[in-house]
Amino acid sequence: MQNVGKSVTRVDAYDKITGRAKYTDDLCDNRSALVLRIVRSTIAHGYVKSIDASEAEKVPGFVKIFTCFDVPEIDFATAGHPYSPDPSHQDTADRRILNRHVRYYGDDIAVIVAENEIAAAQAARKVKVEYEELPFVLDAQEAMKPDAPVIHCELFQSNVLKHTDVRIGNYAEAIKEPGLICVDKWYDTQTVQHCHIENFICYAYEEAGKVVVVSSTQIPHIVRRITGQALGEPWGNIRIIKPYIGGGFGNKQDALYEPLTAWVCRKMGGRLVKIDVSREETFVNNRVRHAIRYHIISWVKPDGTFVARKLECFSDQGGYASHGHSIVAKGLGAFAKMFPCPNVEADAYTVYTNKPVGGAMRGYGMPQASFAFDCATEDIATALGIDSLELRRRTLMPKGFKDGFFKTEQYYDSYNQCLDRATAYIDYEKKHKEYAHQTGDIRKGVGVGTFWYNTGVWPISLECSSCRMVLNQDGTIQVQVGETEIGQGADTAYSQMAADVVGLKDYRDVHIVSNQDTDITPFGLGAYASRQTYMVGFSVTQTGKLLKKKILDYAHEMTRMPVDILDVVDSNIVRKGDGRVLVSLAQLATTAFYDTVHCDHLTAESTYQIKSNAYSFGCCAAEVEVDIPLCRVQVKKIINVHDCGNLINPALAEAQVHGGQSMGIGYALSERLIFDPKTGRVLNNNLLDYKLSTAMDHPHLEAQFVENPEPTNPFGTKSLGEPPACTVAQAIRNAVLNATGVAVNDLPLHPQNLYKRFCEEGLIKDPWQKEE
Amino acid sequence: MYDMKELYEAFSVEEAVKLRVEHPEAQVIAGGSDVLVQMREGKRAGKELISIYLVDELRGIRIDEEENIRIGSLTSFSHITKDPIIQKYINVLGEAVDQVGGPQIRNIGTIGGNTCNGVTSADSSSTLHAWEAVVELTGPEGVRRLPIKDFYIKAGTVDIREGEIQTAILIPKASYENTYGYYWKYAMRNAMDIATTGCSVNVRLSPDKKTIERARIAYGVAAPVPVRAPHAEAVANGAPVSEETVGKFALAVLEDINPRDSWRAGKAFRQHISVEMARRCLRASILRAGGAF
Repeated sequence: MQNVGKSVTRVDAYDKITGRAKYTDDLCDNRSALVLRIVRSTIAHGYVKSIDASEAEKVPGFVKIFTCFDVPEIDFATAGHPYSPDPSHQDTADRRILNRHVRYYGDDIAVIVAENEIAAAQAARKVKVEYEELPFVLDAQEAMKPDAPVIHCELFQSNVLKHTDVRIGNYAEAIKEPGLICVDKWYDTQTVQHCHIENFICYAYEEAGKVVVVSSTQIPHIVRRITGQALGEPWGNIRIIKPYIGGGFGNKQDALYEPLTAWVCRKMGGRLVKIDVSREETFVNNRVRHAIRYHIISWVKPDGTFVARKLECFSDQGGYASHGHSIVAKGLGAFAKMFPCPNVEADAYTVYTNKPVGGAMRGYGMPQASFAFDCATEDIATALGIDSLELRRRTLMPKGFKDGFFKTEQYYDSYNQCLDRATAYIDYEKKHKEYAHQTGDIRKGVGVGTFWYNTGVWPISLECSSCRMVLNQDGTIQVQVGETEIGQGADTAYSQMAADVVGLKDYRDVHIVSNQDTDITPFGLGAYASRQTYMVGFSVTQTGKLLKKKILDYAHEMTRMPVDILDVVDSNIVRKGDGRVLVSLAQLATTAFYDTVHCDHLTAESTYQIKSNAYSFGCCAAEVEVDIPLCRVQVKKIINVHDCGNLINPALAEAQVHGGQSMGIGYALSERLIFDPKTGRVLNNNLLDYKLSTAMDHPHLEAQFVENPEPTNPFGTKSLGEPPACTVAQAIRNAVLNATGVAVNDLPLHPQNLYKRFCEEGLIKDPWQKEE
Repeated sequence: MYDMKELYEAFSVEEAVKLRVEHPEAQVIAGGSDVLVQMREGKRAGKELISIYLVDELRGIRIDEEENIRIGSLTSFSHITKDPIIQKYINVLGEAVDQVGGPQIRNIGTIGGNTCNGVTSADSSSTLHAWEAVVELTGPEGVRRLPIKDFYIKAGTVDIREGEIQTAILIPKASYENTYGYYWKYAMRNAMDIATTGCSVNVRLSPDKKTIERARIAYGVAAPVPVRAPHAEAVANGAPVSEETVGKFALAVLEDINPRDSWRAGKAFRQHISVEMARRCLRASILRAGGAF
């Protein structure tokens, strides 16, 4: 392959570096746009009784207010899943464009339309709201208690949105085996937010009777459907345009405020209206990563062999269903695959609480789950006094493991290959022993963590990708797919693949159409589930072959040679037998465009429906330094090793891993949303008080790959988008355990948490505290 | 877009004072890294602003006629850090302000703004307290000087009277001569953060480096305004350079500080790190002063 597998420069690099690339706000005609500002509830649970906007209306620049009493009586679901014609597989429709029944502090209850941002902000501050307050609940397990307030009493009898289970063998019988050791632990993960650079923004206007919404979204075709549903309009009435976006990480795999903006546009007679969500709102009123609590009981033999295991997962959904149970269910399904065990009893609950809404976020439940699963392995090894790395090697999904549901298997010895590379890089085995019994204030430790991930969503949901290719006069091609560039470099990977399939010399001979427009772009599902490179691999291959066939048919007319002996190589039509160049693709294309006898615009378009899945594997190894008196952890060395199949663009793959490691370090050490127990309000919804990690908190980020070709994919590739974020926290937690002997089972390992644990374990003794 | 009513610009101290008298309700803005953020949050929305950012005479650092180190109030953090006078006599101040926010903030943020805010977490303030800085204010009646501890009245309130602007911060020779210090910013990450607690210590050792002649310590975020720890200082003053002195000094700070319990950090945790920081800062200061353990 000529282009695939090389670290070529991103197709959008120069436009993005020079500031030429256009994002949503750059495209909006801000001189004529009316600005929206949402009025938010100041209670966590209850009903809006009345809204008084008389003072707001006096603000110069105020135009209009719409409230929860004005919106269509249509409940809709926001999750960016492919639509399912089967109602039992559809997402829970539990919200309206504005909500009278308030489910969390900051819920959308009214919207101000104003001439500018300042007027909108001033007016929003002057709206007076009267509530009927109800008790609220901020913890998933608390919300499951019989006396908890039922948050969606319109749809459910309790707060459990969904409960599913996995049963393998017979847990109750298996634990009776004599001589087993029981390790019983709880692990808790926190609420975090995506913190993509560009906050959510969209604007809407009418054109030819339709509503056009230009939006910072990962999933334009899906958002079209959801917006149509929310407005009660035929889906074709809605047109979604997706320009370049400043990141999404799953937050924008949801309909955020597109339905509201489209609806207000309609109500304003089609006027251009824009919503530009602030960072403070992004933290509270978009989506967050689910906080999930795990209870793992492992019955093991003294050598570490797993005999029976019980798992309970409690996922904090927040106020609305969004992606709902899918997130915790992914980890539930992974439990007995990642660490196979003959007897398993596993249950997962997704529970409404009066908190910001949990949605998709990079890793989709696996950063939480693999943290708990991998820590459990570490803790079993510690309890038994055996080597945890060795225990992982023995208990992780082995080569040859077959998954009947996803119809895939562990084709290689990926875990061991990845662990070999990672542990060699940090000299794990030597250091793990050396660091085990340190004394003193500053101690070092090493740890490893592992993950499992799949690629896309088949067979749970639809997987398809559509591609259009258009030949230009000069022999270059346009390529369009519904799979979106969201900063990860997807457009570059598509260009490399398309160039090789068609036989173009250079990936820059592919003019990738970066923006998706649902009126123009072929149907595709968008950026999520680490699916795009894998899925587009199929549709680009199929469509490229169709185009190539048309090119060769035309070449046959021009050269008299039979199609079977021709090929397109380096943008030339070549006779395969002797390699002779018969005509250049550029000459052929120009002829095809303008020939007075046979003019033909050579194009191809097709949809490929994917009915396969692929497992991705990998691990992280980290070395930390713990300053015990200061309760601080510094990551000194970190490496991720991934088996994501063949790399399409090694430099971009490496960058993908760096981003995930950074996200993982923040998840491990500092990031969390803090809720006021008295009101349910988020206290730290800004980038100062929410401790996103910075470049100064990172060591060199090392990324390595084990390139085992994925047999189901034409390019031998599989998921890498999300996996790097799934494996860091457990490696750091295990490294801190190695350094200090203290197991911290709730994330993040921030100083206040470490202070508590170090005091509990006697590493810190403050003499003055005893006197109190 | 900022919700400001009017913006008045001064080009000299005289003009700034005149504008202050004419518009007593207006908020003074220097670099804007605090004022504009607060305005966006709605706290100072709709206010008039007097910008002194273009008053160039307030920039720069020199040794004045009385041998004070004179820091013009508009001097940016990055200029303070790189200034040769600061590096020679009070390097710790340059180190402290080099931990403010990130590079952009340090280029726009000024030491005058940092102190006039009256916030306890300001990275310059604990060091200025520990070095007994003097604040110079210029108003319609002329120039007024007062010790920095008197300048801070309560959280968010400083002693700036009608018509006045802060024009300089002075470090007297008696304070900086033969004195070495160390600042520890405890924050939850290594950049772009405000101090959970800040601790600044400085010492002057005896000529034989065996005795602590003078130790001074001040904290940010250990009380509503930056505070000295006189009990701890009393323990160290005149005491021998030793681990024992360091330990006693550190524990004694608990007599002086009163950190709050908040969702940002608990009181017990703040007390714990305050003691540890005192220990490490005194040790580091002694080593810088040429002492040994």
